[in-house]
Amino acid sequence: MSRERLLNGALLLALILIPAWALYAGEPFTITLATRAVIFALAAVGLNIALGLGGLVSLGHAVFFGIGGYAMGILASHAQSYTPLMDWPFAIEGTKSMPVIWLVAIVASSCAALLIGLLSLRTSGVYFIMITLAFGQMMYFFAISWPAYGGEDGLSIYVRNGFPGLNTLDPIQFYGLCLALLCLVLAFNARLMRSPFGLALNAARQVPERVRAVGLDPRRLQLVALVISGAITGLAGALFADLNRFVSPTMLSWQMSGEIMVFVIIGGVARLFGPVAGAGIYVLLEHLLGGVSEYWQIFLGLVLLMVVLFGKGGVVGMIAGRRRDD
Amino acid sequence: MTEPVLATHGLCKAFGALQASDAISLDLRPGEIHAVIGPNGAGKSTLIAQICGSLAPDAGRVEFLGRDVTGESTQARAARGLARTFQTSALAMEDTVLQNVLLGALGASGRPWSFFSRASRDAALRDRAEAALEAVGLAELKELRTAELSHGQRRQLEVAVALTLEPKAFVMDEPMAGLGQEGSKRLTGFLDGLRAQAPILLVEHDMDAVFALADRISVLVYGRVIATGSVEDIRRDPLVREAYLGDEA
Repeated sequence: MSRERLLNGALLLALILIPAWALYAGEPFTITLATRAVIFALAAVGLNIALGLGGLVSLGHAVFFGIGGYAMGILASHAQSYTPLMDWPFAIEGTKSMPVIWLVAIVASSCAALLIGLLSLRTSGVYFIMITLAFGQMMYFFAISWPAYGGEDGLSIYVRNGFPGLNTLDPIQFYGLCLALLCLVLAFNARLMRSPFGLALNAARQVPERVRAVGLDPRRLQLVALVISGAITGLAGALFADLNRFVSPTMLSWQMSGEIMVFVIIGGVARLFGPVAGAGIYVLLEHLLGGVSEYWQIFLGLVLLMVVLFGKGGVVGMIAGRRRDD
Repeated sequence: MTEPVLATHGLCKAFGALQASDAISLDLRPGEIHAVIGPNGAGKSTLIAQICGSLAPDAGRVEFLGRDVTGESTQARAARGLARTFQTSALAMEDTVLQNVLLGALGASGRPWSFFSRASRDAALRDRAEAALEAVGLAELKELRTAELSHGQRRQLEVAVALTLEPKAFVMDEPMAGLGQEGSKRLTGFLDGLRAQAPILLVEHDMDAVFALADRISVLVYGRVIATGSVEDIRRDPLVREAYLGDEA
């Protein structure tokens, strides 16, 4: 078994054992922290497909995260006030059902990714970064200035949405749900990396002219990657809003995009479990150092600097060495 | 006379005041190797870019299999069966040798939209990819990362990727570049047999290879074809001798 597999197994084990211990020791706050890490990891797994596999440096993934969040907020707020979203031409009711909310979050964020991709994939490099950032800022200011759903103040949801057969208000059950989704998406990601699509996307990142020369369109491959990526990050957004029972324009801010990217870079770009390691480290630092100083992100900056300077493959790369795939 | 597989008609391309292609008309017939030679800066790369679709001509047409493809993208032309090799190897260096030829096979299949199956376990893709590696003699090295290959081996892989397309025509941009005498000789022997599969438009600096392989030669100077003919014609042509060959012929 390769070192990377061992590391992945260890990370997965930690994701099971830490909350199990917290449950046993009666530390619900630790479970909440773990849930936060798992949701961040999910968002970053999404970005990693665009960034790591597709080479698309998107500084606008908060758009998808926020759309997922607002999908939850809007649907749940209508359900909570018993007002339909619209009456005409047909009635759409709000909902408190997680599966429905997830579906809406995924569809809405993949549509946004398609639209953003169609426009921004005409550019590359620094221009791609800037244009995705610009889309993010547009959405951010739109959310701030749209009073119907709380504007700058955001939307509060009083009771967490439901999942058939589970009591989602119980932290450990909600955690389990999030972890199950993360595992599902990781399994999909693992298959994607080795699939024909993954092979072509991987080549499109390295040598687009070669991909064209064998008769494939690298831009189309990248567009599909961006849509998949946006859908996953959107799903994470819906969960994040449910965790906090609150959604606000902050979820759409460029700082959020930056944070998701930091998870990927600290953990390891294009590594399957990179986002998991990255999000875990982030939440850990946030918790440990956040108590010491308000300016804890200075230390985060140092960690990021170390990783970028000395470990090009992120934490996973430092521990497991270079990526090997078959 | 048989229909040409690939033909250009009056291709013109200018970069500012520089006329890189000046009414270039040439064709590639079934079963032949048509070499394009010319001094540095004669416009050989510009010509290839226009034939393969990465550069739009100012005027003129490119015909492939009897169809005007001038307005088509590179990938559309490749899908029709036009395979090119690059002057400087364009390979996915982080990937294995096998993955590079698998990409070619995948391109030829035209179905990259599979997200769950494993590319390396797809029998059809794998057979095609491995046959191409076998043909150029890289079968032993298939698990190696491409970055670990020697320069010569990368040139071979470059040809192997083109082979996976099972194309109707090859366009090769200096396949011998940087190969030693030995490697050059081996590749010459290989290309000699390849023409039976599909004709080759060969842009090459290595004169020994060109004279050994070409059925016809076109000489390009300052964006203009100054002569086209058999090896003997070209060797004897006074204009060519003056402009290009000098003492070499």
